[in-house]
Amino acid sequence: MMQGAKLLEVEHVSKNFGGLAALSNVSLTICQGEIYALIGPNGAGKTTLFNVLTGICRPDSGNFRLNGVEMGGKKPSAMAEAGIARTFQNIRLFSNMSAIENVMVGRHCRTKAGILGAIFKDRATRAEEKSIREKAAHLLEYTGIARHAHMLARNLSYGDQRRLEIARALATEPLLLALDEPAAGMNHSETDSLGTLLEAIRADGITILLIEHDVKLVMGICDRLAVLNFGEKIAEGTPTEVGKNPHVIEAYLGGS
Amino acid sequence: MTKVLKWALLASILAILPFLTDFAFGKTWVRILDFALLYAMLALGLNIVVGFAGLLDLGYVAFFAVGAYFYALLASPHFGLHLPFWLLLPAGAFVAGLFGVLLGAPTLRLRGDYLAIVTLGFGEIIRIFLNNLNAPYNITGGPQGINLIDPIKLGSFALNHPVGGSIPSVYNYYYLFLILALLAAFVSKRLQYSRIGRAWVAIREDEIAAEAMGINTRNTKLLAFAMGASFGGLSGGLFAGFEGFVSPESFTLMESIMILCMVVLGGMGHVRGVILGAILLSIVPEALRYVGPLQESLFGKVYADPSSLRMLIFGLALILVMLLRPAGLWPSPTRKRELSAQGETAKHENDGVYDAGR
Repeated sequence: MMQGAKLLEVEHVSKNFGGLAALSNVSLTICQGEIYALIGPNGAGKTTLFNVLTGICRPDSGNFRLNGVEMGGKKPSAMAEAGIARTFQNIRLFSNMSAIENVMVGRHCRTKAGILGAIFKDRATRAEEKSIREKAAHLLEYTGIARHAHMLARNLSYGDQRRLEIARALATEPLLLALDEPAAGMNHSETDSLGTLLEAIRADGITILLIEHDVKLVMGICDRLAVLNFGEKIAEGTPTEVGKNPHVIEAYLGGS
Repeated sequence: MTKVLKWALLASILAILPFLTDFAFGKTWVRILDFALLYAMLALGLNIVVGFAGLLDLGYVAFFAVGAYFYALLASPHFGLHLPFWLLLPAGAFVAGLFGVLLGAPTLRLRGDYLAIVTLGFGEIIRIFLNNLNAPYNITGGPQGINLIDPIKLGSFALNHPVGGSIPSVYNYYYLFLILALLAAFVSKRLQYSRIGRAWVAIREDEIAAEAMGINTRNTKLLAFAMGASFGGLSGGLFAGFEGFVSPESFTLMESIMILCMVVLGGMGHVRGVILGAILLSIVPEALRYVGPLQESLFGKVYADPSSLRMLIFGLALILVMLLRPAGLWPSPTRKRELSAQGETAKHENDGVYDAGR
């Protein structure tokens, strides 16, 4: 796989919660067009790193850059605008909105109709609204849940809710799509088709950062991965390299 | 065609309603209709904050007060200012909108119960200010309020005068309020199905997810407060012009709660439901006043004194409605689906099993 330019550079990020070092001095680099996975035992700091990258929490020290622009400490909405979109480990859809409306919300930061546009519905607003709807319908098609477009998000099956979260994140036109355990709770065939979807997203030029426990999925699709344990990065490399790393084996299997 | 017919029928009913009401029940009831329309505007405004954006506001009447006093101070002998209503109404809506932002700004991090308490406090602060700003300089007239407020004038014609000596003034206000209430409903609907409306609902559903999707929750929430408040400010100006008198007594917590009841009882987030709620809750308490005389004429004796039982009956009716129709009397289609979601989820899970089996 050809390596592109550096998309995301995380430098010496640390984050403490009380006395607990959730992240200590973590650095990593994700390149344009790759699928990069983040693995590690529970409580290793994966989700904290995600929250830092998506602006939900502020790093205590360190910074990160997206396409060379310093991003540390910005608001979540600014992160989305800059091109980092995410899904959540415990699904956070707008449960009382229909599937297509969920995706339409994702278009918010790429559109601009305001109060006056809403009230007067001028030509530009109507055109924008139409494009929002078309784009959302397209994304539902793309993620394979178009037939549920008008169902409330809460009534979708679990696997479809995960897909809807991905569709909603894609609607923000991200450079980096950050997925927090997208395969959690999925069965084999669902996980397989998720893998296919992720490959397709990558083929469309979107870089993917993935937290995942499903080792088969991770090893199958990611180009490189980092392993976190107790807030520190203990290994990084291709799946084969990492699989042989003694630190990793120790972290996962326990060792003397 | 049937749709056109339906709307034409509704329009003609609305147009002749004051005449019918006057004929059947007298002018007092046309006045009650006027108030029902005023409350409909208020409820539509609160619906933006509570129904769309999910921000529980217990001090909404403060914006009504701001609009009313803004109009009263600038169009009465109190300061000797008599600015025209077409300037004061929009300006009052704007000033109330600013107050909405003022209230919204410190409450951005609060949700649910905490937000409700802060807004409740805000509502009381405004009322107490109005009550006490008569010394050392008499700004608001204190508990006495402000008198002799200019009526709303269209050209040289003041709405508080009968037309041609035959059509009473309550009719004039009825038509003005009707037009503005319809406008408020139209604006609400347009907002609901817009990019901003979706962002409000998204915040109501999950603020963190909304923010992660690129919605600037701070600005979007402030916008909801400002829009809701401006509806309140507009209604306040109309109220001042209509009554000719304002005092802090009209802006108590009970009013806020009443408006909130209209929104909740009618169907939160559903424009038509909210209007229905406002109209019912303005008319039913008035209608209950007639329970006493009715008993007297039927049985020759009053068994239950309506003046003491009125609010009790009213409260019971509210409880019953909320028990039997938890989504409100006329919920939005989505909200209805949401409350029957249990059934649907079960059905859908069966679908899932079926899918997997194929």
